[in-house]
Amino acid sequence: MDAKVKTLLENPNKKMNSDELSLLSAFFRKNMWDVLHQRGTGHWGGSASSTELITSLYFNRLNIEPKNPKDKKRDRFILSKGHASINLYTVLANRGYFPVEDVKTFRQFGSYLQGHPCMTKILGVDMSTGALGHGLSIGLGMALASKLSDDSYCTYVMTGEGCLNEGQSWEALMMASKYKVKNLVLMIDYNKVQLDGTMEEIMPLDNLKDKLTAFGWHVNNEKYDGNKTSDILSSFDWIDSDDIWPKAVIYDTIKGKGVSFTEGKNTWHGKVIDDESYEKGLIELQKDIQEKGVRLWK
Amino acid sequence: MEIAMRDAWGNALVEKGKTHPELVVLDADVSGSTKSILFQKEFPSRFFNCGVAEANMVGTAAGLASAGFRPVVNAFAIFLALKGTDQIRNAIAYNNLPVIIAGAYGGLSDSYDGASHQSIADIAIMRAIPNLKVIVPSDSNQAEQALEYALKQESPVYIRLNRNPMPEIEKSEEFIKEKAIKMIDGNDITIISNGITASFALEASKELEEKGYSVELINSPFVKPLDEETILKSIRKTKKVITIEEHNIIGGFSSAVSESIVKNNVCCKFKAIGVEDTFTQTGDYKELLSFYGISKENIVNQALKILN
Repeated sequence: MDAKVKTLLENPNKKMNSDELSLLSAFFRKNMWDVLHQRGTGHWGGSASSTELITSLYFNRLNIEPKNPKDKKRDRFILSKGHASINLYTVLANRGYFPVEDVKTFRQFGSYLQGHPCMTKILGVDMSTGALGHGLSIGLGMALASKLSDDSYCTYVMTGEGCLNEGQSWEALMMASKYKVKNLVLMIDYNKVQLDGTMEEIMPLDNLKDKLTAFGWHVNNEKYDGNKTSDILSSFDWIDSDDIWPKAVIYDTIKGKGVSFTEGKNTWHGKVIDDESYEKGLIELQKDIQEKGVRLWK
Repeated sequence: MEIAMRDAWGNALVEKGKTHPELVVLDADVSGSTKSILFQKEFPSRFFNCGVAEANMVGTAAGLASAGFRPVVNAFAIFLALKGTDQIRNAIAYNNLPVIIAGAYGGLSDSYDGASHQSIADIAIMRAIPNLKVIVPSDSNQAEQALEYALKQESPVYIRLNRNPMPEIEKSEEFIKEKAIKMIDGNDITIISNGITASFALEASKELEEKGYSVELINSPFVKPLDEETILKSIRKTKKVITIEEHNIIGGFSSAVSESIVKNNVCCKFKAIGVEDTFTQTGDYKELLSFYGISKENIVNQALKILN
């Protein structure tokens, strides 16, 4: 099946459909599991949570050209939850920004693949992140720049709950609303589990949609499963369905998605994947690739 | 003529706005104080009032800079440098984005507002951030020159400005070459001023000259990069040095000079004049400066101690 997926990846510029995105996500998730296990460092929980979202952006949505990564008119993506770096690097490499084999150097001394995304070292990274809560302000700046330069590129910012714990995010929400900034999309990877515990235990964001609406944002009514590519494509349709800005999309996701014993577990936020867990998880992840491949090529 | 640095700054922003279409200005609800309001009046579409939210303002500037614009962020130095530290470090300096960070009301210059508004730690914090250059202009000319200099850089610059009209010193083009300015040649003692202390140092030097001492007077608007060549050459000659700054003597300009002295094995007598690691208070600006030792009189006294 891996060979078949690689065939799919031979044409990364193709706009992938839901089943293809689903298979790619399963494939990337397994590769992420491999690298995090090999390197003994990194963040599995949040990376597995956002896999379908980031895959769908880069293989269906973003107006980008990896051969011209600094194109002024390209769409921008900011991974504000920068600890999901292995997810971003896996997708960027497979999208053609840098060699896939380099992903194995993740977090190693001398590697350009820093612990958290670094725009000056890694092609395709539009903004360095890591300190939570920065992304939306920066995305707001990019969106203002798009307007000032009379361009129409779109800026997508992905946060988790951690970013929304930071006051800066709410400052940015206020200001984006004040300027009614166009072409700015906040994507919330809403897995409801933080580092120390569940969101309810750590810092409840209850009525998140109401909060965002009260801050002047246009928020999705329909529920979207952020681990389901058909839902993600529907959300993209929703983004295109009107000209009301700025827009926020809340995606219900599962932290640690894809490996049953890590799902919804805060302890798997940044835990080292030991050998025994790796082998157990690998079986599930390979099965997922198999099933999604069969569905695609039935 | 005494012109407040903030007025010069506001006017300079407008002038540069005419020739630099990529220049955008952000403020945190203090544009009437920082005088960035002058830019807003001239170029409303290139001005963003971000409200009292410095962290977001700095982050927004990083986004604008990453897309090719040249943002200037304005707020009171203490709130910009301290509430925006994380964003200045991680969003601007780490990415080496050419944002101009203009800290207004530096030092004790917001005198009547008291310690909560007086900025005596900003230089220490800003100069510890890699990629970030740090300038403390001495007068309105240097404030204008600092903007000119910063616009030519491809990296971020922190410029710490002053609120009040202060005496002007002679304009020098050395400054924008990242050089310290030699104001008087002498042999007995080196006096190095930073920021608005320049005019006090000049007066003190004249008084010391009258007492028969030969003072080498240097003004160093740059805290980083520090013109070690000019400064150390002078100290090697006089073997006595006084630094004067409007900042805590911990971590600021005097620290930069003393680090340089020690690093280069220069042997000298050294005295740092500045706020002696204490929270300051409300009052008339010149009275406050004098109380904390930032005055001609104290420079003369300290110099005489070292000289004798």
